[in-house]
Amino acid sequence: MTMTIDAKGVYYKELNHNLRNHLDKGVEEIIVQNVNGQRYIGDGVTGSQRLILEGTPGNDMAAFMDGLEIVVKGNGQDGTGNTMNQGRIIVHGHTGDTTGYGMRGGEIFVRDYVGYRVGIHMKEYMEKIPAIIIGGTAGDFLGEYMAGGIVLVLGLGLREGEDIVGDYCGTGMHGGVMYVRGQIPEFNLGKEVKIVEMTDKDKALVRGYVERYVAYFGGNVKSILSKPFSKLIPYNKRPYGNMYTAW
Amino acid sequence: MSISMQLPDYLVERDPNRCIKCKVCVNQCANEVHSWDEDIDSVIAAEEKCVNCHRCVTYCPTRALKIRRNPTEYKENSYWNARTIRGIDRQAEGGGVLLTGMGTDRPIPIYWDRLFLNASQVTNPSIDPLREPMEIKTYLGSKPDNVIIKDGKLIKELPPQLVLDAPIMFGALSFGAISLSAVKSLAKAATDCGIMWNTGEGGLHRDAYEYSKNCIVQVASGRFGVDAEYLNAGAAIEIKIGQGAKPGIGGHLPGEKVGEEVSRTRMIPIGSDAISPAPHHDIYSIEDLRQLIYALKEATRYTKPVSVKVSAVHNVAAIASGIVRAGADIVAIDGVRGGTGAAPLRTRDSVGIPAELALASVDSRLRQEGIRNQASLVIAGGIRNSSDVVKAIALGADACYIGTAALITMGCRMCQTCYTGKCNWGICTQDPKLVKRLNPEIGAQRLANLIHAWSHEIKELLGGMGINALESLRGNRLMLRGVGLSETEYRILGILPAGE
Repeated sequence: MTMTIDAKGVYYKELNHNLRNHLDKGVEEIIVQNVNGQRYIGDGVTGSQRLILEGTPGNDMAAFMDGLEIVVKGNGQDGTGNTMNQGRIIVHGHTGDTTGYGMRGGEIFVRDYVGYRVGIHMKEYMEKIPAIIIGGTAGDFLGEYMAGGIVLVLGLGLREGEDIVGDYCGTGMHGGVMYVRGQIPEFNLGKEVKIVEMTDKDKALVRGYVERYVAYFGGNVKSILSKPFSKLIPYNKRPYGNMYTAW
Repeated sequence: MSISMQLPDYLVERDPNRCIKCKVCVNQCANEVHSWDEDIDSVIAAEEKCVNCHRCVTYCPTRALKIRRNPTEYKENSYWNARTIRGIDRQAEGGGVLLTGMGTDRPIPIYWDRLFLNASQVTNPSIDPLREPMEIKTYLGSKPDNVIIKDGKLIKELPPQLVLDAPIMFGALSFGAISLSAVKSLAKAATDCGIMWNTGEGGLHRDAYEYSKNCIVQVASGRFGVDAEYLNAGAAIEIKIGQGAKPGIGGHLPGEKVGEEVSRTRMIPIGSDAISPAPHHDIYSIEDLRQLIYALKEATRYTKPVSVKVSAVHNVAAIASGIVRAGADIVAIDGVRGGTGAAPLRTRDSVGIPAELALASVDSRLRQEGIRNQASLVIAGGIRNSSDVVKAIALGADACYIGTAALITMGCRMCQTCYTGKCNWGICTQDPKLVKRLNPEIGAQRLANLIHAWSHEIKELLGGMGINALESLRGNRLMLRGVGLSETEYRILGILPAGE
């Protein structure tokens, strides 16, 4: 069952209350029109249904979310997918700072660029591996303190002289992997990460995500993959293990 | 390599007349102090490894062992004393940030001991709790400005409340820092006593879900173990901004303590450090804090109180006001004596302010601003006994967290080496061989004994003051008098000197 809700002028509390009620009743897909800055949409919701948000949702969309698919026809704001556990977010635009903060599972696809500290504290355990796929560029501190998960940056439409990732990329990273299309200047990297060769397994993984990116947003898989990718991993699991002396 | 200039902190004295060479000490010491020497057919001690945890002393069947502080003196110097020299020596050899465990051991003024409680004499009767009802039940959460009652029923719905049978809770001790046996001991005791335990930032282990009704689940900057199930499992949610042992810096669980179970619960690789930086990077302001508070409330459908825990720092009163205005239902304040599994020594010993002063100043500020009812106040950081609890409540607290006292109850001897992961008492370790040493049933029973004993003492003290409900003592500073404090301290504590 699909339904449509008009969010125009509706306070976030009421909107989210309504959305949860409909999802609880088993509505399969809800189209929310005129979304304009309402926060916390989809927060903590468990389920496998689908929300289509037309407009621009507010901060902390899909925080602690557990399984929904949210399609944003507009931009996402700060904290999109904050500590999200499972599910999928597809943003037809850009998202703000701390997108995917502490993400534990699921996927976030962003068509354009993302803000600062995206993917900070991402985690993984066994087969539960979260992923963030960014079509454009990423701000400073991408993947900071990453303990697991996958971050993929495509840098599509990169302008002359524009950096694909900001400064301190991977600072404090101690798990997980980042794939960045093209070269990253050394000075953009945090002290804790290194660039290593792409393996066939890496290439297959990247191809899979690129194919899906193109399916969601359009583009050409072959031309995206024609440029080599840099693979970033941490030097070790304990970046600060040697910092201390016993008192 | 140059010779180490450090002297052993402790000497191990073994009475050869008593030692029966049973090697219990060898088996018990995870620090590998004791070892069996075939050649001389006796046990020898590597004293430099001894942390004075009393495990061997307690388990020696013939009481043959004594641990003494090394009596060797440096040349007398009131400024460059042994402790100061030790710090420099360790860094000269190790080159790192000095790391320690537990709360500070420095002689910080203990205001609790300068405060004295009142008692009834002649003009009003004291109450005997053995024969008369005495109410110490405590509700934590936001209280409305007014209530509307119609036909004996509450019309306006109350915000969610935590219900405690005593004004005491176990403070945040994370799985990872402490063992699963210790977690289970705390969880079971809290459940049995009708109080709360707190997960700390390490997530909720599968085996602890059965005790989640009496659990405060914490959300810290590393977001370990935080998902919808976890948030909904707890009775309340606590956002950890800071802790008293290390205000301004984050948590850092060393990789030695991250085994399979911790890895699963926290979702980080085995053997990696669990890093919680000082800030939540989605909170840079009171407005951002409000955002996380409401994200959590939305995620749990406004069914649970949200607490915000901060360290007691210089402008804690203004910060607490901001926290209340941001929508927190509970403000928890952790004073400078708060404990930890690991903290840099210099931070632990020099950053933050005592809980007593912070509590009084926060309570006063919230009252002045007319928002005291909007949140409950929980105080932590060195609560040692029931009279500390009663004094804290008279100063304005709704309840207290106890951490160190609970650890001691489970067997901790305060050796302050929690960060090594070699806790011989099975409390602050993940080594399966050591974890087994703490029986959760016994740990829980000892903790329950402590809570019951304190509850009884609290009732006695209340009764002595002629008060039969803890609610009548909250912020009732007339029940306190001070001794030997400065005028400024009396003003901040809001109490009179004894005799006035």
